[in-house]
Amino acid sequence: MPAIELTNPAALPADWRDLLALTKPRVMSLVVFTALCGLLAAPSLPPPVLGFTAILCIALGAGACGALNQWYEADIDAKMRRTAGRPLPAGRMDRQSALHFGVGLAFFSVLLMGLASNWFAAALLTASILFYVLIYTVWLKPRTAQNIVIGGAAGAFPPLIGWVAATGHVSALPLLLFAIIFLWTPPHFWALSLFVRSDYAAAGIPMLPVVAGVPSTRRQIFLYSLPMAAAAVAPWLLGLTGAIYGASAAVLSAMFVLLAARVLANRATEPARMAPEKKLFAYSVFYLFALFAVLVADRWLAA
Amino acid sequence: MKLEEEVVRRQRSRALITALLLGAFVVLMFFITIAKTGKNW
Repeated sequence: MPAIELTNPAALPADWRDLLALTKPRVMSLVVFTALCGLLAAPSLPPPVLGFTAILCIALGAGACGALNQWYEADIDAKMRRTAGRPLPAGRMDRQSALHFGVGLAFFSVLLMGLASNWFAAALLTASILFYVLIYTVWLKPRTAQNIVIGGAAGAFPPLIGWVAATGHVSALPLLLFAIIFLWTPPHFWALSLFVRSDYAAAGIPMLPVVAGVPSTRRQIFLYSLPMAAAAVAPWLLGLTGAIYGASAAVLSAMFVLLAARVLANRATEPARMAPEKKLFAYSVFYLFALFAVLVADRWLAA
Repeated sequence: MKLEEEVVRRQRSRALITALLLGAFVVLMFFITIAKTGKNW
């Protein structure tokens, strides 16, 4: 091989760190946590190694979604400051490697889930991967401002899959967990999209603040926080959890609605003056972690 | 850095990680088999 100067990093074998970055590890942490909580909240627990494998499969499935999303959106990512440093837009990897990596991870995660847990969980994992890649990334995201609303279902699957991996069937509580994340996703992402809307506008993605404007997005954030709060306390009201979860969910959700109300009251349009939006975005991540952690604690204390 | 050196460095690090992951997978499959056969689950 000729010893020439390195000018095109994408022509080289991809570095393992870039392959890891394709899986969006930060997003994966929330997926893994909610899936683990879904599994731990189930009435019957699988042997530890099978529980671990189920969570591993969900994590790998989420990684596959991240890789396929970055493969499909490499051109869009290059136009946004937030994503321009990713391996594909930065030119550190060729697109075909990302595609092969994503498809390989997806197949492996589903196959292992079916063999180690059950094929119902594997089918749900397949549905969540296909939903995220085809329905959200390819179809909805570039076409409609409702992309996050419908696409949020993809992120709501993990606790449901965790529960099904443990029990083999679906019941009311995992469906409510699905509903909580489904209703949490719009205010979470719209809070972010308010202070990075110029990025989305530059990339031509029709996020709500770009299409409907900032005041309308603030209204929608507040309106969505109300059914989300109702879904969060519903497991307690329906007698599926104890008072520890009920009281915690009520307090955490009231705080969420309060922060959403502050977003609604904000009139600023420059990202530098969007402190309420940034606070709501940060709190929304904490909220989901805390809510699911309390759910598991409540179920275990009651057992 | 020369292209040849960088290609070899990346191939080595990827080969090492692939070997570690394959080893971990073998161990995982062993314990999955024990768990699936040891209990009527």
